[in-house]
Amino acid sequence: MASDVKTKEGPVSPGTVSGTSGSDHGRLLDRIFRRFTVASALLVLVILVAIALFLLQQALPALRQNTANFFTETRWAPDDTPSVFGIAALLYGTLVTAVLAMTMAMPVAVGVALCLTQYTPRRLARPLGYVVDLLAAVPSVVYGLWGLIYLVPKMVPLSAWISTYFGWIPIFTSDGIFGKSIFTASVVLAIMVLPVIAAVSREVFLQVPRENQEAALALGSTRWEMIRLSVLPFGRSGLISAAVLGFGRALGETIAVALVLSANYTISAHLLTPGGNTIAANIANTFGEAGTIGRGALIASGLVLFVITLIVNFSARAIVARRRDFTAATT
Amino acid sequence: MTQGTIDVDPLHLATRGRLPRYATLLIAVGCALVLWVVFALTPAQGRADFLVALVLLFVVAQFLVSYFVEGGRKARDRLAASAAVAGLFAALLPLAAILGFTIVKGLKRLDIEFLTHSMRNVADSDPGGGAYHAIIGTLEQVAIATLFSVPLGLMVSIYLVEYGRDRRFARLVSTFVDVMTGLPSIIAGLFILSLWVLVLNQGFSGFAGALALSVIMLPVVVRTTEEMLRLVPAALREASFALGVRKWRTVVSIVIPTALPGITTGVMLAVARVIGETAPVLLTVFGAASINFNPFSGPQESLPLFVFDQASLPNNTAVDRAWAGALTLIILVLVLTTAARLLTSRSALRGR
Repeated sequence: MASDVKTKEGPVSPGTVSGTSGSDHGRLLDRIFRRFTVASALLVLVILVAIALFLLQQALPALRQNTANFFTETRWAPDDTPSVFGIAALLYGTLVTAVLAMTMAMPVAVGVALCLTQYTPRRLARPLGYVVDLLAAVPSVVYGLWGLIYLVPKMVPLSAWISTYFGWIPIFTSDGIFGKSIFTASVVLAIMVLPVIAAVSREVFLQVPRENQEAALALGSTRWEMIRLSVLPFGRSGLISAAVLGFGRALGETIAVALVLSANYTISAHLLTPGGNTIAANIANTFGEAGTIGRGALIASGLVLFVITLIVNFSARAIVARRRDFTAATT
Repeated sequence: MTQGTIDVDPLHLATRGRLPRYATLLIAVGCALVLWVVFALTPAQGRADFLVALVLLFVVAQFLVSYFVEGGRKARDRLAASAAVAGLFAALLPLAAILGFTIVKGLKRLDIEFLTHSMRNVADSDPGGGAYHAIIGTLEQVAIATLFSVPLGLMVSIYLVEYGRDRRFARLVSTFVDVMTGLPSIIAGLFILSLWVLVLNQGFSGFAGALALSVIMLPVVVRTTEEMLRLVPAALREASFALGVRKWRTVVSIVIPTALPGITTGVMLAVARVIGETAPVLLTVFGAASINFNPFSGPQESLPLFVFDQASLPNNTAVDRAWAGALTLIILVLVLTTAARLLTSRSALRGR
């Protein structure tokens, strides 16, 4: 292997190698290299700040033209005169689909991760873990296409069943039309984020010290008690990170939602009835026909999505950090 | 668990009854029979319904039987185990359905014509046409994005591992990389749209798409290379320093070559992640029906965008093309991920 040769021979002949100590030339190169890496690191910060600034700069002209309240208006007609658009319906759809998807995906994903790390024999767990990793890499447009062609027709009888037997719960009442609803979109999102959460949770569970697990078993606990006593407490902050990653994916997922949701701009609590929209799906659906103000309005909605993901990210970091302090204090 | 010679069982695990191994099978068969009768007598029907009902009934029945024979602790243990296995199947079934469905539907149109023709002068309802222009576009955009994000990401991770250590600035950068990882891909698209297309007025192009993709790729590359650089033993660096080799030279000729297989794996996974991104490309490349080899001027097509466009059309011919495109994408991702896996399993430094 080439890498091995280099590691052995590189430093053996220091006299002929440029960049050995004792030369001013080498010191200069050292400094340049270091500066270069610092500049690259700085660029990461610059990019993130630039994202916020440029989105804001492009959104402001459209927001000034807006004759409605951006946060409470549900209609989206930025290119009309006078321009009217608001984020309320989009924001509602984004949050509802993401939260629903997470409530469906999270328990299953944790079950998958537990199954792969605690229950399946190792010979089976490795290929299955590989399959989960692979599925986390399947492009979202494939999920969207599958959702549109395969899942939407299958969701009609399921939705009808739910509304027949659980229709007395207000969110499940329906006028008899089913299909491209918030519920369907959430199911597709749940299927999409599931492998992502499962892959991260699996890594987390693999990190649990064997000693802790064996100690629990040695004290006579059943396997489930061992999981509750050693695996879950150890993995809690990791699970929070996994959930946040999945939630972020669900919030920002564009193409799959754009394909399986029949878009409109209403806030409806009836999850099974077709309709609803999300910020990201709305951008994908209306970008092609948007005029100047329309584009600015879409960028403004994107800025809101950006801020939401930032809030979610940082609050999760805060939770994880507090947990870490707590566990550090107890050990 | 073996009972061995211990005759005192303070936990009352062995003193309570214990279900024989075949009990699980017996319960399953019993549940299936009961359900079969129920499905024959009531309007309930359907193979999928039967399967779901069977799993639920089995989990409950096993819990109850175990509760009365073995006691609460054992019963809860069995409940958790069967719930976890059920979760695994609940997850794998739809995912298997996606892969299977895509392969079956995609093979219908994944032919030579599909790989060698564009959509120029092909109407939505025509049966022919292909994704040649889209494949060209995707390859060019992803290649340029890799060219940007890999050297930059490598430099950032070198800073974090070799220079930053626990410095405040390094921790800040690390936080920002995390935040960028969680950034929805459409935001990257909107950013390049604002900066490149609207402010700098450069127009839609494959290059703009590549910029958006590299924003998504960068944090992935940083994270994976960082992990790999950290695995390089400190002894190697110290040996190099002891011989009087400068730090930059140590990094370039000792640390990076040692971590190279892992870095390559990380880059391949990042490419696999980015090759299927539709949203950022939609906003920056815009899409085209004919071949455009030049990524620097004029709209291009890209494979995920092609799938999205064709899937949105009402014609069956278009949907067939979408499936073929989806299958092509999955194959690309599969090859990249598997190759990355093989590379890691052969390298000396292993992540886990």
